[in-house]
Amino acid sequence: MDGNIITSILFATVVAGTPLIIVALGELVVEKSGVLNLGAEGMMSVGAIAAFAVTLHSGNLWLGVGAGMLAGVAMALLFAFVALTLLGNQVATGLALSILGVGLAAFIGKPYESEVLQAVPPIRIPFLADIPVIGEALWNQQSLVYFSWILFWAVLWFLFRSRAGLVLRAVGESPSSAHAIGYPVIRIRYLATLFGGAMAGLGGAFLSVFYTPLWVEGMVAGRGWIAVALVVFATWRPLRVLLGAYLFGGVMVSQLFIQGSGLDINMPSQFLSSLPYWATIIVLVMISRNRNLVRLNAPVSLGQPFKPES
Amino acid sequence: MLRLEPRADASRLMRYLSPLIAVALMLIGGLALFAALGKDPLEGFRVYFLNPLRDLYGLSELLLKATPLMLIAMGLSVGFRANVWNIGAEGQFIMGGVAASAIALYFIESDSGWVLTGMVLAGALGGMAWAAIPAFLRTLFNTNEILTSLMLVYIAQLAVSWLVHGPMIDPDGFGFPQSKMFEDSALLPELLGGTRLNAAFPMALTALGLGYVFLQRSFMGFQMRVAGESEPAARYAGFAARRMIWVGFLAGGALAGIAGMAEVAGPMGQLTTHLSNNYGFAAIIVAFIARLNPVGIFFASLLMALLYLGGEQAQQYLGLPSSISNVFQGLLLLCLLGADVLINYRLRWKPAEAG
Amino acid sequence: MNDAPTARLELRGITKTYPSVVANDRVSLKVMPGEIHAVLGENGAGKSTLMKVIYGVTHPGAGEILWEGERVRIRNPAHARALGIGMVFQHFSLFETLTVVENVALALELSGDLGLLARQIEQVSEKYGLPVDPRRRVHALSVGERQRVEIIRCLLQKPKLLIMDEPTSVLTPGAVQKLFETLRQLAAEGCSILYISHKLDEIQQLCHVATVLRDGRVTGECVPANETPESMARLMIGKALPVPELRPHSPGAPRLQVAGLSRDSDDPFGVELQDIHLDVRAGEIVGIAGVSGNGQKELLLALSGEEPLAERYPIRIDGVEAGRMGPRARRRLGLGFVPEERLGRGAVPSLSLAFNGLLTAHGQGLLRHGLIRFAAMRAFARRCIERFDVRCGGAEAAARSLSGGNLQKFIMGREILQSPGVLIVAQPTWGVDVGAAAFIRQQLIDLAASGTAILVISEELEELFEICDRLMVIAGGRLSPSRRVSETSIEEIGLWMSGLWPGADGQATVERADAAS
Repeated sequence: MDGNIITSILFATVVAGTPLIIVALGELVVEKSGVLNLGAEGMMSVGAIAAFAVTLHSGNLWLGVGAGMLAGVAMALLFAFVALTLLGNQVATGLALSILGVGLAAFIGKPYESEVLQAVPPIRIPFLADIPVIGEALWNQQSLVYFSWILFWAVLWFLFRSRAGLVLRAVGESPSSAHAIGYPVIRIRYLATLFGGAMAGLGGAFLSVFYTPLWVEGMVAGRGWIAVALVVFATWRPLRVLLGAYLFGGVMVSQLFIQGSGLDINMPSQFLSSLPYWATIIVLVMISRNRNLVRLNAPVSLGQPFKPES
Repeated sequence: MLRLEPRADASRLMRYLSPLIAVALMLIGGLALFAALGKDPLEGFRVYFLNPLRDLYGLSELLLKATPLMLIAMGLSVGFRANVWNIGAEGQFIMGGVAASAIALYFIESDSGWVLTGMVLAGALGGMAWAAIPAFLRTLFNTNEILTSLMLVYIAQLAVSWLVHGPMIDPDGFGFPQSKMFEDSALLPELLGGTRLNAAFPMALTALGLGYVFLQRSFMGFQMRVAGESEPAARYAGFAARRMIWVGFLAGGALAGIAGMAEVAGPMGQLTTHLSNNYGFAAIIVAFIARLNPVGIFFASLLMALLYLGGEQAQQYLGLPSSISNVFQGLLLLCLLGADVLINYRLRWKPAEAG
Repeated sequence: MNDAPTARLELRGITKTYPSVVANDRVSLKVMPGEIHAVLGENGAGKSTLMKVIYGVTHPGAGEILWEGERVRIRNPAHARALGIGMVFQHFSLFETLTVVENVALALELSGDLGLLARQIEQVSEKYGLPVDPRRRVHALSVGERQRVEIIRCLLQKPKLLIMDEPTSVLTPGAVQKLFETLRQLAAEGCSILYISHKLDEIQQLCHVATVLRDGRVTGECVPANETPESMARLMIGKALPVPELRPHSPGAPRLQVAGLSRDSDDPFGVELQDIHLDVRAGEIVGIAGVSGNGQKELLLALSGEEPLAERYPIRIDGVEAGRMGPRARRRLGLGFVPEERLGRGAVPSLSLAFNGLLTAHGQGLLRHGLIRFAAMRAFARRCIERFDVRCGGAEAAARSLSGGNLQKFIMGREILQSPGVLIVAQPTWGVDVGAAAFIRQQLIDLAASGTAILVISEELEELFEICDRLMVIAGGRLSPSRRVSETSIEEIGLWMSGLWPGADGQATVERADAAS
């Protein structure tokens, strides 16, 4: 394999991993507050079509990205209202959100089926991009790739260095204790959920506006679910989310590896496409084989409804 | 402001009323959606909800669409009772259809009555095999079954795509991704002349009857209910959790597989990539609306089937994408989950507190 | 002019109503500066609700609160803390996966330097004799240490009023005395203390004044030093304490035998059981005392079969090796089991009593060909309700609609009606009103008289002394030798609860830090 191929594989891996990082870090914050929102797939789908449509009509990329995030937030608000205010079962509510979101995106997206957006040029960081092999792969990237790295540091700092993050973790650990010492549990969970929605919407926007950039029904293709699985795989740690996302990114661009290897392997494309899903199953099995690993790291109150007595 | 006040005791009335409230809320949301799209809401309502039911053929189509939903939802309800979250019925449906198609295509020369029997068995086994993967991973490694069963949906979709592009493609089909048409011996007999309603419908009714006995009358059904309501109580009583996971997944897989078989041996008549119409996911909603109760599943399946047919009508007469039915379905489930709060809480008007 | 000192806290006519009960009915009381004021009452008398009102967790429907003479409306716990009210909860409000210093920081609402805070924690802990390491995670602490964290957390806010909710239920008698010293020191410095308890001897020992609650109402106020336990009990329960009828002790053959039972806990925070030996004979009630968290939970899971052992031999029921059997197989050998958690383990909250009977009594002819015999199932529940005086809305009433005492009677009845050869009961009367508790104890004594071997695990020493023939102590996952009740004393058993029995080389987890300090 020569350097160019390595660079292009690395480049593609980073791009494919980016939406996963953004969505999974959002979901990580949500879950740290004790809320299990399985609706990431739906929020991503709606975010993707909203961003695509607004970008197409306005011609302004960032207006589109904003619309995608806003759409994700709107979906998350729906989830929060049903699951947090009305105490609906979180698993079922998240599932409903996914079904609704995927349906809604298909519904809204029908007229946009054959439209294509202009490709967004990458941003080249001077000097860093000149590093051999990895420079072009890491430092001549889309703005949202850089954003995903900033987001990683921000989430890390927020959760483990800031007071607000401490409160958020406390709420996820024991909402009743947090309530007893006077924290507004529901409000904090709302905010976390809406942040998760914004990130899912942004992840969707990245897919439809930067990555492809076009709209096809079902284009999110389970990435929202993979992001949820990634949080479990990462045992709720941001660094492992980052590494896991690139691992999945690598799996998603596996056909590049095969081309790069120069071997003449005749493999059905469906098999290659199914690799990320198999990989998800495999990593989930690996992580759950040790029962305590998940149990010790999962936020204690994850998925349990909480209603403060008044 | 409106406040939620806990009830001393769960309301039995609300348990049955809240699905109706949810349907009403969904209708209001639907009418608002029609209005927002610039369609006359009443016209939209008529086209969507009344048009499909105006003649015998429409009613037969309703039962035809409701059939796979009844089968799948019944199977899922067994698992859901014990909090076994099989979300992958869609994949099990597809694999059931694939397995049944394999039988149909292998015995394409045969006109024996056993072909159909073999297809039903193959469908059930195909669905069960696919469902066994998450059950196995859950019981052996404690792997979250929601995510694994769901991933297997995507894999099943890709698998069927590969099959109809490759090994099972119709050699005389001009390269279209579909299998040969099945012979009559591999097609379910029709019930009513001039309609597509077939023998799968009575099979679904039988499944509902058996499901009723299992869930409401049998000790095993009781055990699953205990496990779903309170896991420590089930452990205390010594009800084996693993067995419940297996029963839940295998029941769900078998019935979803049979539903998949009924689809290829019924309205489809061949294997294609468009085997499923999201039935596996819609059936999850059916199971919830029905409160996992077989009688409820019957009616909820009809409602959900109506949402499908309405979507087709809306596409034809209102120029709306048929995926509007998925929007309605998702909305319905959200409304139900929200309305369920009334089972344990009542709404009270309280003046905002001063201070 | 009124030259009497202003009360630190005064409640006037506090009323709090929940959908099904009036938790507080026109409660009034006054706490003076530097006073240790007891609020005495049975479980369910409304003590906890009253404290939540004072701490701003919940708001009263009527009545007023005066803080140092000023009328206040306490909006929330943060507001209460700002006023100078601190609270140590009965079920701790700590966050297990966070460190001690993080826990304290959360309650103090201060940001910034956790290192500085850690030093403050060390200072306070030294001053009041409450040793704890600020950098440890809470889940690694013993119950006693956790309580200290709660107290330190309050003290750092320099409270003028400290509320202690049943603080001694998790402590050994020795640790209780240490806590009392700390509280007296605080009171001497002018801090008022509201001390909530149902333990009469402690209140007599510690408190200056007591307000007695019953059914949400104040039934009296007294100076504990001038009262006898009997007179205070009368105020608390409205009648004299019932005494169960004891029968002579003449045990038969061993029915439950445990020999060399050792196991690691599945739970990473659990206790490892080490070489447990015990015998319970026919007609005998054997009690296991101990501070909670010393292996009771693990022992019960091993005995009930909820977590079967890897080997067969360590547990024998009527001579049959049962170590590897699950709960159903052990039940068939004649084992009955009443767990500590009634709702959600001993009974399914949302299901009817009829179904809850079926939960373990399905072997009593309630099934045919794998199908439920509904009439027989309801008849069983009705029999249980009648025989055990369960006050409820009939066999169709949901388990969660019953009071704690009535549900306990139902569960106990369900197990007893199956005529068990061996009955294991955890915390038989925890959270149960006095009348039901006496009834339950009498049922146990009668059952033993009919030849059943009964093992009771309880944290209430008085109760164990009342009903048991022999006592043992569990500490740090080890079991002490047994003593005839007539040949031991509360003092001796209390000492053993620290792991210090003759020949013991282990210590109770509770005492590790105490011993180190």
